[in-house]
Amino acid sequence: MDHGIASAGSGGKLLEIRDLVVQYPSTNGWLTVVDHVSISVGRNDIVCIVGESGSGKSVTVQAALGLVQPKGGRVRSGSVKFDGQELVGMSNRQLNRIRGDAVGFIFQEPMSSLNPAYTVGDQIAEVVRRHRGVSRQDAWKRAVAVMDRVHIASAASRANDYPHQFSGGMRQRVMIAMAIACDPRLLIADEPTTALDVTIQARILEVLEELQAESGMSVLFITHDLGVVAEIARSVVVMYGAQVVEAAPVDELFRNPRHPYTSGLLEAMPQVALDRGHAPVAIPGVVAQAHAWPKGCRFHPRCGYCQPEICAVAPVPLVPDDHGYVRCSRASELRSVLGKAATERTIPVMT
Amino acid sequence: MSAPCLQVDDLHVKYPIGASAFGKPKWLHAVNGVSLRIDPGETLGLVGESGSGKSTTGLAILRLVKPFSGSVRLGDTDVTRQSNAGLRGLRRRMQIVFQDPYSSLNPSMTVEQLLDEPLQIHAQMSKADRRAAIGGILEAVGLHAGYAARYPHEFSGGQRQRIAIARAMILYPELVILDEPVSALDVSTQSQILNLLKAIQDKSGTAFLLVAHDLAVVRLMSPRVAVMYLGEIVEEGPSSRVYDTPGHPYTAALISAIPFPDPVRQRSAERLILRGDLPSLMNPPSGCRFRTRCPFAMDVCATEAPPRVPIDGGGVAACHLHAHGPRLAGRSVQTLLAARTAEARSVAMARTP
Repeated sequence: MDHGIASAGSGGKLLEIRDLVVQYPSTNGWLTVVDHVSISVGRNDIVCIVGESGSGKSVTVQAALGLVQPKGGRVRSGSVKFDGQELVGMSNRQLNRIRGDAVGFIFQEPMSSLNPAYTVGDQIAEVVRRHRGVSRQDAWKRAVAVMDRVHIASAASRANDYPHQFSGGMRQRVMIAMAIACDPRLLIADEPTTALDVTIQARILEVLEELQAESGMSVLFITHDLGVVAEIARSVVVMYGAQVVEAAPVDELFRNPRHPYTSGLLEAMPQVALDRGHAPVAIPGVVAQAHAWPKGCRFHPRCGYCQPEICAVAPVPLVPDDHGYVRCSRASELRSVLGKAATERTIPVMT
Repeated sequence: MSAPCLQVDDLHVKYPIGASAFGKPKWLHAVNGVSLRIDPGETLGLVGESGSGKSTTGLAILRLVKPFSGSVRLGDTDVTRQSNAGLRGLRRRMQIVFQDPYSSLNPSMTVEQLLDEPLQIHAQMSKADRRAAIGGILEAVGLHAGYAARYPHEFSGGQRQRIAIARAMILYPELVILDEPVSALDVSTQSQILNLLKAIQDKSGTAFLLVAHDLAVVRLMSPRVAVMYLGEIVEEGPSSRVYDTPGHPYTAALISAIPFPDPVRQRSAERLILRGDLPSLMNPPSGCRFRTRCPFAMDVCATEAPPRVPIDGGGVAACHLHAHGPRLAGRSVQTLLAARTAEARSVAMARTP
């Protein structure tokens, strides 16, 4: 079963990030913001990376495609293979041929990703011309066709409009159209619905799922919202403190979370608290920060199951188990406790 | 019935935006006839999408924007008719916590200075008493007293929101407007802040108007809720009733849009996904303002404003479905959804040989 982690047996995957270490400079030397992260995305797969701010979820993916170096960051070690091709160490010129073509991107803020001075049709057509070398006319036709595919009504005339003439949800659909204009094999979506209203989010997720099912492209979806994960993911990688703490197929992750952080995130959700008729169970403390990672398990100062003599001593390895991977010294002891909480959380569904 | 803490009647907020070709002023009607009531110590939730006018309503109650017409009463004081001097006195009785704790705290002031300012302006207290009050409120919001000398940038988002709550609460106001108090925070700290707000309210008896887009958060925090769409309240009532058996299709869509953190349940869930965008407030649809996105819209919806109909289990909804078409007469719109799904299933069954 797919669990979203690149391991010895996962060769032939579309994207394989292995042992990636990313650092940013600070006044106290290099800070490690991605710490030996391995993620794999199969063909025709949807993998979600879930984590809070500072977990390293976005930086992992940006670094994999050479997008942290312009911001001063560096890939210290590790390997990123896209369709068998090593991306780490590749020149910007070579990467530019992959980015926007075989790999499409959608970011959180559609307004800041679109140029306000050009019509959206021009901007989509430019991507097509750049990567496909087709005529202006054909590129424009393609732009209209992809706008139509993301269900923008009267696409042929709307292609002549400027970004400010679109609403937030429509702009994000324009971004999706641009990302899929060259039929990418991998679509990277970094919090694409976070800035949108829930009703608009529901529609964007629906469009993404439909496009994925039609084209068979793979999707790597980054989010902090476990509700969105449940909606769209097939396998899930949970990150905390620059590390992967758990990875599993989606049903397994929600029904049998093995890491106290995953379980805690679920307990903290308002919908779960509502369902169970009590106040949400908050995770105490604050999110761990790169300049002061806690010793041992990085989650231990906030963990209700922490035993300092076990958890606060040495770094905890990410180990495989029967459904995926987990980084917790007490994982096998806690199995039944966390599993019981999950059973109470989820209600049986009548079929 | 006890005297309400806050009574809002037929509140209108309009912004003038330029003039048409013939010099007639054009108006953006952000809040269109909103009426609310909050009892002392109660929380009322106000939900809606961006552009629904929920935040503007909150700001107009505090008179941070000037209402066009209508009345806002805090206790026995008419807020809409206060002079600037009168408003200053009202500030200690009503406060606000903003969404973004990164921009709502002055970065050049320490926590102590931030908390001392309202006391200096509004309370005749000695320096020692003020210091004691600051220590007390910091403890109440779960921050160490030693943090008083620090600056906002030294804190995480959740901690900053605690400081903002401390500043709003330090004068023990009668009413606090919470404008999306947790939506800028990390998931793991959101529920800390929600639980903190409840605990503080239990002790202080302060009334809250909780403005939020997340119906699940509102349902957790407030026994009553009002749902806004395009400047109008389309449904209100007890939160449990509104959440479980919505009487307005917009409310039903809002609820079904919140993804539930359980993939199995999510796959089998009844979804009501809205097509189209929020219409412009410059040119709202005739009749019912929701009709352009409503999956159940009928002819009457374009011509007549919907009546406010009592809904089974409490509260009201402004929707024609209760008097026309399916004539729900107070039943939940979910009965329509269920019927639609059953119909789709039977069509699918008929197709398979």
